[in-house]
Amino acid sequence: MPFYVSPEQQMKDKADYARKGIARGRSVVVLQYDDGILFVADNPSRALHKISEIYDRIAFAAVGKYNEFENLRLGGVRYADINGYQYDRRDVTARGLANVYAQSLGTIFTETNKPYEVELVVAEVGEDAASDQIYRLTFDGSVADEHGYVAMGGQADAVAQALKDRFREGMGLAEALLAGVRSLEAQDSDRRLEATSLEVAVLDRNREHRLFKRLPAARIEALLREAESGSAGAPSEGDESGDGGSESS
Amino acid sequence: MGSHDSHTRRLPGLFGSPDTSSFTEFLAGYAPELLPGRRVLPASSAGEEIPHGTTIVAVTFPGGVVMAGDRRATAGHMIAQRDVEKVFRADEFSAIAVAGTAGIGMELVRLFQVELEHYEKRESRPLSMEGKANRLATMIRGNLGLAMQGLAVVPLFAGYDEERDEGRIFSYDPAGGRYEEREFHSIGSGSVFARGALKKLYRADLSAEDAATVCVQALYDAADDDSATGGPDLARRIFPVVATVTADGYRRLGEDEVGALAQAVVEARFESPGGPTAPLR
Repeated sequence: MPFYVSPEQQMKDKADYARKGIARGRSVVVLQYDDGILFVADNPSRALHKISEIYDRIAFAAVGKYNEFENLRLGGVRYADINGYQYDRRDVTARGLANVYAQSLGTIFTETNKPYEVELVVAEVGEDAASDQIYRLTFDGSVADEHGYVAMGGQADAVAQALKDRFREGMGLAEALLAGVRSLEAQDSDRRLEATSLEVAVLDRNREHRLFKRLPAARIEALLREAESGSAGAPSEGDESGDGGSESS
Repeated sequence: MGSHDSHTRRLPGLFGSPDTSSFTEFLAGYAPELLPGRRVLPASSAGEEIPHGTTIVAVTFPGGVVMAGDRRATAGHMIAQRDVEKVFRADEFSAIAVAGTAGIGMELVRLFQVELEHYEKRESRPLSMEGKANRLATMIRGNLGLAMQGLAVVPLFAGYDEERDEGRIFSYDPAGGRYEEREFHSIGSGSVFARGALKKLYRADLSAEDAATVCVQALYDAADDDSATGGPDLARRIFPVVATVTADGYRRLGEDEVGALAQAVVEARFESPGGPTAPLR
């Protein structure tokens, strides 16, 4: 006896399935700082990246199923390189790439049985903070234009809440990194993240040519130490939210 | 709706197979008309009206390599362009320059630059020095049909090998033959004259700056005897393009730096038109 499943139910089932898959993974945060855009992932692997370079000013961050977002990353690199080759390097934009991803994710969500269990951020660093672009894409192909910061992955709500309390426009790199790391620790009550269990990269608008750069563990450690000693006025890290705007360098 | 459909239909090309990290191989399946070697060849040969690039030199020194090219492009007996650039950054640690048909040479350089960056981004590691040199040989080989029609391109490839901590030079023939050169090399119409100068001026212990001077001297000698090679143009302030590749990466010397080098070389030639002389014994 054939069963009838309404389209609403089908879509809801797929969406629930994708959300569950994404919620199992660890989180990634993306936030603006004074010299560009910072990406921080709770990712102990040195080989399997969640944050990657796409083009001169564009980077990619993802959570969820590795083989699925890796496929999207590789396709994104192809999209960027073929457009930059045919037209000009300036003609490769995060907006264009976000559209391609949206089309692809949307098609997969509606036309296949198994949706992708991924969430992406495509970010492009501009000449100044006002022209930075951050797009967030979800498993069904929806695109959101974000400002300031984004959190995604497992416990994304808790991380986003922690980030909201700590984020301030125009933070330096060290301060922004500390805010990102402390926010990621909000995934669990007893989580403590060391430099070696973090994947960190920046799109630094002061660099030349290719603006994407990964930060090695030693640099992450040094930046975190700098930020912690810089905010020495705040004795405990637990309940002190980073709203102390007086601590500016 | 039509454009929307064609857009999504192209997506499998971007996201699916062929599963390769080579940009050229990907293009061959996705948009073969963009590859120089894949076009329908004209029946006759191209003649000399199409601009040709001329002389390129490269010299190694401890810890790196210098590459330099003159600024002239010729079309038959005419100077097609007096400020053309033929030396380019290939990636962080290598440089490429082309002699021969200018249009196809520039296309090849652009393709090679994307090829290296594409591999690096997809694989999260750069190609080895040999890998880059071999890849370039394959791309030249793809151009063989055009070379037979008179549109040959010959590149010179040089870079800093991170594993060996030294500068290396690779030369090519139009059929895609790849040859590693020791110490120095030159290509293009003035290369015979340049090579004579390089041979007399090269020393194993050159500094980066002295190696650049050797390159400018060699280009001067090439321009002295080859009509297709342009010498330093002090009136218009058009000087050779000179680039160094070391552990610090690719660096193109600034206009002022090369200007000062070229000025010194030209002034010394007022005293001794043949340039520096080597000891007889």
